Amino acid sequence: MRITCPYCGERALDEFTYRGDATVKRPDSLDENTAEAWVDYVYLRDNPAGPHKELWHHGAGCHAWLEVTRDTVTHEILDVAFARKGC
Amino acid sequence: MAGRQTNRLRGHGLVDQGTTVSFRFDGQQLTGHPGDTLASALLANGIRLVGRSFKYHRPRGILTAGSEEPNALVELRQGARREPNTRATTIELYDGLEAASQNRWPSLKADLLSLNQLAAPLLGAGFYYKTFMWPAAFWEKLYEPMIRRAAGLGYPSKQADPDSYEKTNAFCDVLVIGAGPAGLSAALAAAKAGARVILCDEDFALGGRLLSERGDVDGESGAPGRRPRRPNSSPPDCRILRRTTVFGAYDGGVYAAVERVSDHLPVPPEHAPRQRLWRIVAKQAIVCAGAFERPIVFGDNDRPGVMLAGAVRTYVNRFGVAPGQNAVIFADNDAALRTATDLADAGLTVQAIVDPRPQGSAAAEQVAAGTGALYLRGVIEKVRGAHGVRVVGVRDNQGGTRTIKCDLLAISGGWNPALNLTTHLGGKPRWDDSRACLVPGDLPAGMRVAGAAVGEVSTEACLASGEAAGAGAARDCGFSPSAPSRPAPDRQIAPATPVWQVETGRGKAFVDSQNDVAVSDVKLAAREGFRVPDHVKRYTTLGMATDQGKTSNLNGAAILAEATGRYLGAVGSTTFRPPYTPVSIGALAGHHRGTDFRPTRLTPSHRWAEEQGAVFVEVGMWMRALMFPRPEESAQETVNREVANTRAHVGVCDVSTLGKIDVQGTDAAAFLDKVYINGFSKLAVGKARYGLMLREDGFAMDDGTTARLAEDHFYMTTTTANAVRVSQHLEFCQEVLWPELDVQTVSATEQWAQYAVAGPNARAVIAALLDSGQDISNDAFPYMACGTFKICGGVPARLFRLSFSGELAYEIGVPARYGDGLIRAIMDAGAAHGIAPYGTEALGVMRIEKGHAAGPELNGQTTAHDLGLGRMMSKKKDFVGRFLGEREALNEPARAALVGLKPLDPKVRVSAGAHLVPKGADAVAANDQGYVTSQAYSPELKSFVALAMLSNGPARHGEVLKVCDPLRGSETLAEVCSPHFVDPDGERLRV
Ligand SMILES: [Zn+2]
Repeated sequence: MRITCPYCGERALDEFTYRGDATVKRPDSLDENTAEAWVDYVYLRDNPAGPHKELWHHGAGCHAWLEVTRDTVTHEILDVAFARKGC
Repeated sequence: MAGRQTNRLRGHGLVDQGTTVSFRFDGQQLTGHPGDTLASALLANGIRLVGRSFKYHRPRGILTAGSEEPNALVELRQGARREPNTRATTIELYDGLEAASQNRWPSLKADLLSLNQLAAPLLGAGFYYKTFMWPAAFWEKLYEPMIRRAAGLGYPSKQADPDSYEKTNAFCDVLVIGAGPAGLSAALAAAKAGARVILCDEDFALGGRLLSERGDVDGESGAPGRRPRRPNSSPPDCRILRRTTVFGAYDGGVYAAVERVSDHLPVPPEHAPRQRLWRIVAKQAIVCAGAFERPIVFGDNDRPGVMLAGAVRTYVNRFGVAPGQNAVIFADNDAALRTATDLADAGLTVQAIVDPRPQGSAAAEQVAAGTGALYLRGVIEKVRGAHGVRVVGVRDNQGGTRTIKCDLLAISGGWNPALNLTTHLGGKPRWDDSRACLVPGDLPAGMRVAGAAVGEVSTEACLASGEAAGAGAARDCGFSPSAPSRPAPDRQIAPATPVWQVETGRGKAFVDSQNDVAVSDVKLAAREGFRVPDHVKRYTTLGMATDQGKTSNLNGAAILAEATGRYLGAVGSTTFRPPYTPVSIGALAGHHRGTDFRPTRLTPSHRWAEEQGAVFVEVGMWMRALMFPRPEESAQETVNREVANTRAHVGVCDVSTLGKIDVQGTDAAAFLDKVYINGFSKLAVGKARYGLMLREDGFAMDDGTTARLAEDHFYMTTTTANAVRVSQHLEFCQEVLWPELDVQTVSATEQWAQYAVAGPNARAVIAALLDSGQDISNDAFPYMACGTFKICGGVPARLFRLSFSGELAYEIGVPARYGDGLIRAIMDAGAAHGIAPYGTEALGVMRIEKGHAAGPELNGQTTAHDLGLGRMMSKKKDFVGRFLGEREALNEPARAALVGLKPLDPKVRVSAGAHLVPKGADAVAANDQGYVTSQAYSPELKSFVALAMLSNGPARHGEVLKVCDPLRGSETLAEVCSPHFVDPDGERLRV
């Protein structure tokens, strides 16, 4: 598999590490009513067949965290963007 | 005396008959010629019996002339280079080659284990699961060793591989896989259009079937005796890799190939690898892998001398070898008739052409007449000859039988496209009724298939489809290929009338001769309810092992279809996965073996430590000095001395391996508040603080000290083991969780050499290094102070008053290039103060004596509470791990928490990993109350001591527990105590 890093260009899979779902949002830890949201955020993941936004780290390159849209069925990479918004 | 090549056809073929090379097979001295394979050379010497079969030890010969060979597996070479299960049909002959037959005892001709044939009823489909089920105890001691002794392939050398392997990457516009007519034509068309092309072929000669067939290509005669002509103008950019098998297709146009660089030589040339693994990234790929001829299945079809008709042509036309003198042809297609013509033209006798097709064939009748052969409408139903075909029995359409003496039975049941690479990414082949074979179905993006691999039959069609594919691939890469020079292939072909098997014969009819799977096994599996080819494969072993059923899968599917009354096209086939042909582990490992398995990282003081005779230990990738033994010292004495010297005088230790991360930005302090459980905003410039990080699930991730060098500049340290992980975590926090913070982090582990100087005399040593006018008195530079100084005549240094040992201590850091100089300067400066270096062992002893948590305690299962740091968790701020870390269950006193242990007998070692049970209780899981994490001998206490995680631990100081280590078989009593064994109030730190 090849991933096109916005900084570094098309690179081999071995340069990246996978983290997981990029769509989960970290709840507010100071809000005491977020217990369920925290369990969801830390432990529970959907397992979609098809396009999936996920976080990859370009550890053997620019060290950027990337939001990669990958089809989990075909492994096709549909889009790669910086995880840091506004970059 | 070397054997004579009795079956060599003088003047025939592409081998260099003017040069003779010697080789040995089972100890027998033989000769062949450059250009031979081991298989062709054996046949030239009249050797047909080359191995015994897997289960029944039946005599086996050579079925094919390529990498699909199921039978002719040999052990190649001797000693450490011995390679089992090597296909004789792909081994390129070299002078001095040594090979041995496999799976026979004591000899190939008199194999006593062939008695297995008598036990054949016990060894049918699924015998592993059925015959040897009872009694269970017999399995390990009797059945399994027995089966392994009797059934099996070759043996590996069990010695280290003396050769090297390497890996490389390549990039191209168009990858062409296979250099037969379609592949050559495709590569030429793509390269002419300007594409960068890589052309791979597993063979050592280019040409594919062109090497095996007679006939004209573009007005030039083909084999025998002619090599393919080089094009007048060499293609602009085409890299040709011979002896290179593309064995896997992966996502994103990535292909894996193995190049057998030196397998055709006795020993690899100096500095050359035996094999090279290629990762080829191709924008477009064209699979021109050709096709496999398939056998017809009939009784005793596995005898040596039964050979695929196309392979017979290869041996005659390419290698100039007669696989037999008297041939019978048994084929269900007219293409195989060329075998009769080629044999006859080579001066060999064709006794008969046996045609099983109900409708017969005028062409066959004509060829029979032209070659002086009988034309018989019927089937082969028996084959006689213990070690090779002597007589075949034919049953004709009218039910009459006759026997024909022959020593070669050339068979053909049609051709199966070699579509394996098209399915590696999940594509399903499609059944083609008129061709009676599976053809490539949906293809991965960027892949084309051409030639026989897509079902083309004629050379002209292969050339044309290759050219079209090459041009198409070049166009998809953005080039403008010229119009095709060849007419599109004529796809109107006479529908095939395949004959899969002969029902009437006697004797075992093998579908998969490599695994000794017979028709009866497939039918048994069908009766037992197996309907899917992949299930039948696992149950019967059909299609397993080195050839993965290249000559047997479809016949197996056809027999399964018939046995279950289904349409073959609906039954399908097994799933092909990489690798296409076996790949040696050495090639996959490349240079990553032994000490090169992963990189080795050396500390800045490594050379100096070597000079001191240090003993090193691997910590992650780092080599760290474990200790600095003196002559006549035991390891324990060394460690005791290093600890005692540090506590009494002063010691120095390289701590450069700690992860070091530079954190800068106006929000740097706010950022650290988010990643540590404790606060850093209020940390004064010029001060350092210990911090603990959690994972978001509330468990401890890492710890270390962070120093504030300026308002917006911090310098963090992590444990050696977690340096990379913490760095990645910080980047995640910074880019994903809190992108609004103005902060940057960068690893500086390798940029800074850092030494711990510890002991009562540490200040004197550091002071001696400082350039004049700088004050590090206790008032000016107290415990936990940090700052930038100039040492040794202007070298910038960072000084931290941190202590892991519990003594008055400093960590001093300089840019890594000064690291070697600094350790020597420290030793010089310390000489007057009794300095001695200490290694990680003494470092560990002192941290255990001080009760500092380290790797064994930060084991992924401990929380801040467990480590005795629960009160550090801020209630006022957000930080990673806060919410889930506050869960009740993670903070209840009953959780195992950090304590010290002192054995009642100070001379008894408390082993790490031992479990704690109440005194007097049994050492069973139900009584388990905790476990020992770290242990050491404390020279200060003159006792063994340990750290442990104990349920409700902090409240149990003084209690005596039993320490049980069933693994090492020890039990001892120990008293629970504070983990701070030495200087619990920390007075020494602050002097
Ligand atoms: Zn990058």
